[in-house]
Amino acid sequence: MSIDDDAGAPARVLVVGASASGLTTVETLRRKGYEGRITVLGDEPHAPYDRPPLSKQVLSGAWEPERAALRTQEVLSALDAEFVLGDQAVALDRASRGVRTESGRELRADAIVIATGVRARRLPGSEDLAGVHVLRTLDDALALRAGLSAGTRLVVVGEGVLGSEIAATARTLGLDVTLTGPLSAPMALQVGPLVSGVLADLHTERGVELRLGNGVVGLTAGGGRVTGVRLATGEVLPADAVVVAIGATPATEWLADSGLEIDNGVVCDSHCRAEEGIYAVGDVARWYHEGLGRLVRLENRTNATEQAMAVAGEILGADRPYAPVPYFWTDQYDAKLQVHGFLPPDAEVDVVEGDLTARRFVARYRSKGRVTGVLGWNMPKQARMRRQEIVDGLDAPAPTH
Amino acid sequence: MKVVVDEEKCVAAGQCVAAAMDVFDQREDDGIVVLLDENPPAELAEDVRNAAAVCPALAIRLEE
Ligand SMILES: Cc1cc2nc3c(=O)[nH]c(=O)nc-3n(C[C@H](O)[C@H](O)[C@H](O)COP(=O)(O)OP(=O)(O)OC[C@H]3O[C@@H](n4cnc5c(N)ncnc54)[C@H](O)[C@@H]3O)c2cc1C
Ligand code: SF4
Repeated sequence: MSIDDDAGAPARVLVVGASASGLTTVETLRRKGYEGRITVLGDEPHAPYDRPPLSKQVLSGAWEPERAALRTQEVLSALDAEFVLGDQAVALDRASRGVRTESGRELRADAIVIATGVRARRLPGSEDLAGVHVLRTLDDALALRAGLSAGTRLVVVGEGVLGSEIAATARTLGLDVTLTGPLSAPMALQVGPLVSGVLADLHTERGVELRLGNGVVGLTAGGGRVTGVRLATGEVLPADAVVVAIGATPATEWLADSGLEIDNGVVCDSHCRAEEGIYAVGDVARWYHEGLGRLVRLENRTNATEQAMAVAGEILGADRPYAPVPYFWTDQYDAKLQVHGFLPPDAEVDVVEGDLTARRFVARYRSKGRVTGVLGWNMPKQARMRRQEIVDGLDAPAPTH
Repeated sequence: MKVVVDEEKCVAAGQCVAAAMDVFDQREDDGIVVLLDENPPAELAEDVRNAAAVCPALAIRLEE
């Protein structure tokens, strides 16, 4: 790329958060020819690694943790970026575009990318109890794996995507697994009643005990160790180990005094800009999606990549709104689910390919007459091929009433 | 440019196909990536780089 193309690009870029979205921002900047200085600040001691395998291959032991690394050391070095790891951002000064870290560093840049992701929510009072886990980081996954062995009574609190995956992986390892949460079926909020019903059958067949439809009010303990999970009904589910998978909170504490608008994430315009020269990407970003006409925040792996690519382009002057069709997948036992688009809870769902009983199908979700999403159950290609219908639905002018 | 795919890593996301239709496809039965062209022509290089970058499973490696 010629020098001209770089004209107007900031001289220094600082990326806060050294994971999927942060790394992709850096790689895309370099790929597009950016030659300025790049610094990446991350609070974890590890080089960037990937999270999806943590609840699957790393937890099951199929992969050694090193395999989750996003890039080799060699590839990272070739990026010619300074990685500052094991140090946390504690404050952002917008006026000077400076970030202060826990160890006292002051990092300045002309453009700042906020890529701090989310942190697992915990049950209050469980922090110091042995046997209680969350799963967000590599260290979490290794601690959980160490705590699991065949015959352990594991209770998974939270019937969302992560909780359902962990239940499946642990059951496959031969643990005695109970899945609990307030909704009536696994992933009911994410995929609606029809598909979550099929998931409920699958988990039951595989021997996971479903104790759904009840809130969890707390844990029981003895001698500093967890002994059970107490439900709103008063009943206690006995446990040797508990995984709490009740969602995550955007890692924005360090921005509290920055003056940026924080509301369930860093609020951004349609170009992922929190303000001139300050961007947010990945799980932490809540930006205005022009196709939907509202703010959205996505917690999925593909968005981390795509949004980072968009923001890198934006930093280099692309000036294009970011309005993706979201995508996520989940693996549970032999079921591979692929979700494109949005599956609103009130959507009308019909099976458009394959069939439910054979557990190989594509379901289409429609809301207000438009296709908003498609879900494939062991039919990844067929699901993807219907993605265009979602794009068309997003492009159509919004109905007036 | 030479393209290498790792079927074992592939999670059947199909993002690569959306990015570079002429180079990648997916198997009918399990959606795992199928490499249509191991040495794509120069005019597709940028699409292929995009495909590799967007693959959530890092299953696509490029030797340039
Ligand atoms: C166990 C698990 C399984 C998953 N499985 C799937 C899946 O199957 N499919 C899918 O689509 N998605 C999945 N996801 C979601 C996907 O991993 C995330 O969407 C993705 O990691 C988001 O990337 P990110 O870079 O935005 O944030 P993160 O990966 O959360 O990275 C943010 C980084 O910033 C660091 N940080 C936070 N605060 C600070 C600070 N103040 N200073 C410095 N650094 C800071 C964090 O420690 C972290 O390293 C899964 C997530 C988990 C946890
Ligand atoms: S994008 Fe990656 S994971 Fe998805 S089909 Fe292509 S190679 Fe496989």
